Amino acid sequence: MAARTRYAPDRGLTVRMTATMFLLGLVFVAFVALIIGIMTYAHASGASIILVAVVFGGGSAFVSLFYSDKIALAAAGAREVSPQQAPELHGIVDRLCALADMDKPRVAIAPTRLPNAFATGRNSKNSVLCVTDGLLYHSGLNQEELEGVLAHELSHVAHKDVQVMTYASLLAIVAGLLVRFAFYSELFGGRRDNNSQAALLIPLIMLASAVVYAVSFLLIRMLSRYRELAADRSGALLTQNPSALASALTKVSQGMNRIPTEDLRKAEPLNAFYFAPAAKLNGKSMANLLSTHPSLDKRIEQLAKIQRELGQPGAADPRGIQ
Amino acid sequence: MGFLDTLLGRTKPVQPKLDDLFGLPSAAVQLEAAAGFRPTGSGSVSFRAPEGKPFADIQREVLELLDMDNGKPGGGLPVEVTKDSYGYTWLVCNHLSDEMDALVTDLHAVNTALIDGGFGPQLLCTLVAFADERHRRLSLVYLYKRGTFYPFAPSGSGNDRDNALELQVKGVLGDDLKFEQDLTRWFPVWGAPGL
Repeated sequence: MAARTRYAPDRGLTVRMTATMFLLGLVFVAFVALIIGIMTYAHASGASIILVAVVFGGGSAFVSLFYSDKIALAAAGAREVSPQQAPELHGIVDRLCALADMDKPRVAIAPTRLPNAFATGRNSKNSVLCVTDGLLYHSGLNQEELEGVLAHELSHVAHKDVQVMTYASLLAIVAGLLVRFAFYSELFGGRRDNNSQAALLIPLIMLASAVVYAVSFLLIRMLSRYRELAADRSGALLTQNPSALASALTKVSQGMNRIPTEDLRKAEPLNAFYFAPAAKLNGKSMANLLSTHPSLDKRIEQLAKIQRELGQPGAADPRGIQ
Repeated sequence: MGFLDTLLGRTKPVQPKLDDLFGLPSAAVQLEAAAGFRPTGSGSVSFRAPEGKPFADIQREVLELLDMDNGKPGGGLPVEVTKDSYGYTWLVCNHLSDEMDALVTDLHAVNTALIDGGFGPQLLCTLVAFADERHRRLSLVYLYKRGTFYPFAPSGSGNDRDNALELQVKGVLGDDLKFEQDLTRWFPVWGAPGL
């Protein structure tokens, strides 16, 4: 059955996200080729450095992926709540999950005054949705706005963002480790051979890793911003209420400006999965380039576009289901 | 969600499945025979009303359509529209308790109208209410996205549900209706209009 749909696909976002991932893949392939090239020339010490970095980097990424829900809950000091303890919150999540036909994540509340929410977990069966006390009680969000925020977080779960971002970060982690290892081995390793060609290898590894790290770092941040926009989009389409999400965003961001009671260092490690980033950087263009979340203006602009699309009588396009 | 959707961070709106609704009249007969629950004659459709005029237009058309046959045999009472505390809209259809067929036809008409208008993904659930002689309340909830039914039996005044009764109903009707096997999806709808 070819059902009518009112969901106009956002080609621009799809293209930009695909391009970012393609570039990340390109960097990955180039880096691996370079490493293999170096390893064929390398003596034992160069090869073992690379091996150790890959094992350590891969291992830590795997552990953080596998335990992402537990780590995030512990870092935020959150506790899981049952439907009896938080009937309202569970009620909203229940309905959104039924609308989206997805598994219900566990629900947790963090005793933090900063208004925020995050969802994490390696797959839909093992995911957890966490909101802060600040978001529930001190942010002044009404029910529809809270629902918009929760729909945004559920979209992160549906999009498997934790997995995608972990895989995307894998290369940067390995490259970052390589820079450090190469640096220390240069400092303390000593020269056991006088072969000038071999002596050049470690600085070369270090240089290549540093470049790869910098480039992939920027690309990952870019990807993270696109994933946020995608989650905004899916969340708004799920609740059919883009303006409520937009209004929640303004309230929550203003809240960040208003109450600086929370130690930023405490909130920082979880930033990539937060609804709105807690750290505020100075210098606008640089901040935009490095931040994990798109700017408020951009997010609100996108939501306004979705709102216009929903309001159009002829928005239905039988082909473009997205 | 396919691999590509995951990669690109997009969700496909889930289209509802409707056909199983017509299993309700025979299930009602079965339920009365085996558990003593009779339909109260009311049923409701719950959906998420989107922003904007197109949806308001369709909703008005649906109401006009449903209220056309009021007063005639099988026509039922006027449809009530309520918005619950979660922001979902409920259309409540009231019929006589032995007019299960007419009720299901009405509910189906609402669903079809919304789907034809392109609002299928906004349908949340359909609910048909039952009660027994001891005034215990029971409802069969149809989840569109799964195409499955589950029982919901609120008990007492607070937010308690009679799990034993719900499981009993699943046992009675399990062969007639497509029941939701995943118990975590039996989400409660406290205070739902029409219950």
